Amino acid sequence: MRKRSIIPILYIAFLMLPIYWLVAMSFKTTGEILSGFSLFPQTFTLDNYRVIFTDPTWYWGYINSIIYVSLNTVISVCVALPAAYAFSRYRFLGDKQLFFWLLTNRMAPAAVFALPFFQLYSSIGLFDTHLAVALAHCLFNIPLAVLILEGFMGGVPKELDETAYVDGYSFPRFFVTIFIPNIKAGVGVAAFFCFMFSWVELLLAKTLTAVEAKPIAATMTRTASSAGYELGLLAAAGTLTIIPGAIVIYFVRNYIAKGFALGRV
Amino acid sequence: MKTENQRAWFFVLPVLLLVAFNALVPIMTVVNYSVQETFGNNVFFWQGLDWFEQILTSDRFHAALGRQFLFTFLILIIEIPLGIIVALSMPRKGFWVPVCLVLMALPMLIPWNVVGSMWNIFTLPKIGLLGYFMNDVLGVNYDMTQQPLSAWITIVVMDVWHWTSLVVLLSYAGLVSIPDAYYQAAKIDGASPWKVFRYIQLPKMKTVLTIAILLRFMDSFNIYTEPFVLTGGGPGNSTTLLSIDLVKIALGQFDLGPAAAMSLIYFAITLLVSWLFYTLMTKDDAK
Repeated sequence: MRKRSIIPILYIAFLMLPIYWLVAMSFKTTGEILSGFSLFPQTFTLDNYRVIFTDPTWYWGYINSIIYVSLNTVISVCVALPAAYAFSRYRFLGDKQLFFWLLTNRMAPAAVFALPFFQLYSSIGLFDTHLAVALAHCLFNIPLAVLILEGFMGGVPKELDETAYVDGYSFPRFFVTIFIPNIKAGVGVAAFFCFMFSWVELLLAKTLTAVEAKPIAATMTRTASSAGYELGLLAAAGTLTIIPGAIVIYFVRNYIAKGFALGRV
Repeated sequence: MKTENQRAWFFVLPVLLLVAFNALVPIMTVVNYSVQETFGNNVFFWQGLDWFEQILTSDRFHAALGRQFLFTFLILIIEIPLGIIVALSMPRKGFWVPVCLVLMALPMLIPWNVVGSMWNIFTLPKIGLLGYFMNDVLGVNYDMTQQPLSAWITIVVMDVWHWTSLVVLLSYAGLVSIPDAYYQAAKIDGASPWKVFRYIQLPKMKTVLTIAILLRFMDSFNIYTEPFVLTGGGPGNSTTLLSIDLVKIALGQFDLGPAAAMSLIYFAITLLVSWLFYTLMTKDDAK
């Protein structure tokens, strides 16, 4: 047992090294970064973080990201709940085809959609709004939410539905007061993964925004190319984008595999 | 048992509308562009299948497609076995399980462009930890902005870093579902560790591994942001994968027709290979 645990330890060390480096860089001054190699920050500074929290172009990037990501999560989970219920409980015309078609949206390269998305959302007047990004991310997040929720609903016995009807519950009342509380773990996991995939995606978010709804990720790439070598600032911004995931992941630790596998485990 | 109920369509209608709006309208736009030529001012001319012919016979497309298949092949051949090995050696219960799971999942939750920036900072010669270690400690000449080989190694290692945990988590989920009785039976029979793996663990992991291979294929084949941020497709064109080339044509040169034709070919290849993988891997189950 002892000898075997060396493999996970080495693997985790490999995963942590670049993250450590990013965090270490964020506490260094630009002068120190450019002057040469140092394993730990020699002159520990919080200046990089101070810039981010005081400069509106930086902190609005975070706020914009959080707005469209939250919006997307709410939309995705709300429309996915009844659909997942239908897939898990009923047979209907074209159900299998529809399910497969939902899956294929995950196979579409985002690069293929970048330009048409720009034109579509410009033509309906949503370009550079939070709603545009939130709706665009529905392309891959709604199928994800449907699949995850359907996976969880499969574990709820059908007798529950039947008993509720016998007891005189109407469908909406049963769904909201009995069924959803029964799969609240699933709802949490689906929301987490919608949040995550919307948070990590950049190509569509960047294409659909200019100024008003610009995500933090886009602020970062523009800084990287325009302001030259502000590596400390870039590292601090990067470190801050890791934090939401790092905080929430503990709560879904037992369902991580299920979520990443689109509910198919 | 599921009951037949056509009214279930009302439940899936919102999903259908939202996804169709996002999937069908853009895809039809692409199809529209792919058969037309424009000189601006929204004036279009029917072009037939010329763009498709042009893309399919162009050396540039072949080169990008070749690089893309090489990249995806390397990713699968490294990440799948590595993921299985790590999953097999992970503890099954106890305090360390959630710690391992959370730490391993962390790279997957980082925004993709941050992954690129992070590896950029990590690999810079003189400044980055890896760049410094390779050049100044080991004395290997390593600089991904200059050498195609360094750039390739970096994007492959970056993807291994980013996504191997997906394979680990899925394999692990398959492994913990094996009842202890199976192992006890194997022990009584005096089965070697390899036999246990081959006849007990591997068959039990089959479903999750199918999913893992499919997901890793799709995502590595469609990869854009991470290598774009890290290398920008360079040096030269050496790491210009399909998506990067597509965006260059569509948004850089604004050649809408060829870009649209290329998009459709690209999507078709992804669907076709995914379907092939899926049929091959689930062939035995059908019998």
